[in-house]
Amino acid sequence: MKYIDEYRDPAKVHALLDEIRAAVTRPWVLMEICGGQTHAFLHHGLDEMLPPQLELVHGPGCPVCVTPLEQIDRALAIAARPEVIFTSYGDMLRVPGSTRDLFAVRAAGGDVRVVYSPLEAVALAEAHPDRQVVFFAIGFETTAPANAMAVLQARQKGLKNFSVLVSHVRVPPAMEAILGSPSNRVQAFLAAGHVCAVMGYHEYPPIAEKYRVPVVVTGFEPVDLLRGALAAVRQLEVGRFEVENAYERAVTFEGNRPAQAVIERVFQPVDRKWRGIGVIPQSGWGLRPEFAEFDAETRFAVGEISTQESPLCIAGEILQGLKKPLQCSAYGKQCTPQTPLGAPMVSAEGACAAYFRYHKGAQA
Amino acid sequence: MCLGIPAKITEIYQQGSLKMAKVDFGGVSKEICLEYVPEAQVGDYCLIHVGFAISLMDEEEAQETLKLIGEVAAIEDELAGQADSDEVH
Ligand code: SF4
Repeated sequence: MKYIDEYRDPAKVHALLDEIRAAVTRPWVLMEICGGQTHAFLHHGLDEMLPPQLELVHGPGCPVCVTPLEQIDRALAIAARPEVIFTSYGDMLRVPGSTRDLFAVRAAGGDVRVVYSPLEAVALAEAHPDRQVVFFAIGFETTAPANAMAVLQARQKGLKNFSVLVSHVRVPPAMEAILGSPSNRVQAFLAAGHVCAVMGYHEYPPIAEKYRVPVVVTGFEPVDLLRGALAAVRQLEVGRFEVENAYERAVTFEGNRPAQAVIERVFQPVDRKWRGIGVIPQSGWGLRPEFAEFDAETRFAVGEISTQESPLCIAGEILQGLKKPLQCSAYGKQCTPQTPLGAPMVSAEGACAAYFRYHKGAQA
Repeated sequence: MCLGIPAKITEIYQQGSLKMAKVDFGGVSKEICLEYVPEAQVGDYCLIHVGFAISLMDEEEAQETLKLIGEVAAIEDELAGQADSDEVH
């Protein structure tokens, strides 16, 4: 496939690995922010080909993983209502809430449907005026333009039976939360390429400057990932801390302006709880007051819910790059993709699930 | 969810107030919304997320990236070749 195969070319991968080996003289800790990149590093076995001085730690960039348990419980409560058609991206269906998941709600007679695009949820609301259609609007800056457009469409069509359960998160505040922690280990970031396709990378220079860390916008194919790592290492070795773009074919400094404009019209920054990490100030998007009528939380009065995470789970430390999945005593034992105890095991893009899938460590 | 894959635009049309397109993901056809890359033309490649094109792939930049790595690799091959011949002779 164009734009895929040529970025998996073994000759180029090896040339880049040689360059990285030549550039590294000391140990460094890099964090890839995006779960898709964690997955890609492990899938292509690149983590094992990198020189041993380079440690990759895995960031919080899996939206399914960081959606808080309370929000899943709210989704389950809404989805169980007889008048509701509950729509969601497929990855959310098997994420366990406190007692069950959306699949279980469906098995018990709830009308839960998977959509590929949030516009499909809007179309369902148009087609079923007698039902309440709710869309589970989760994700980072990559899904926000789509989810915001769905709300605008619902407004334009005058739909009274469409609402969204919003759990949007933003990357830059999470980077700051990680860097600001006294136990931070991250020395350079590989920034999430597709988040940057939407947002550009103009938000990063102040972060790079303040915390003196290189930030390299990085794509998802082996050549992209290694170019990102190489650029980060070269900066670290000479003590630079700049923002670089190693995903030039898809990302510009400004990002996608029309998408940013629609996000800004529909959403505003709000404090948001991240599963496994806790509340990070201004780290999410919520509906602007002008769009409050589309808020499923108020429409179905599911605001107050409190939950308890498994005491075994060290997801918070994993999502901040302080620990790796193999350091968790429950990994592969009590906690597997079939019986996940915590955030990073619930989705294919979570670090624990990626380790499990690619057979890292002893498994029970 | 976040593994955006570049897809080729095969058809562009209007649906209600939205600019839409048919795209091809290596043989699989899908309908996507083109509101965020309105400048895209049939034949262009876009990055797609949850049914929306979020970025138009820049062919020139893509070529440039690949060329850069190619060049470094070529120089290294040459150096390696020299090293080999040094050993032989
Ligand atoms: S292996 Fe399971 S219990 Fe351990 S940190 Fe990962 S998600 Fe939590």
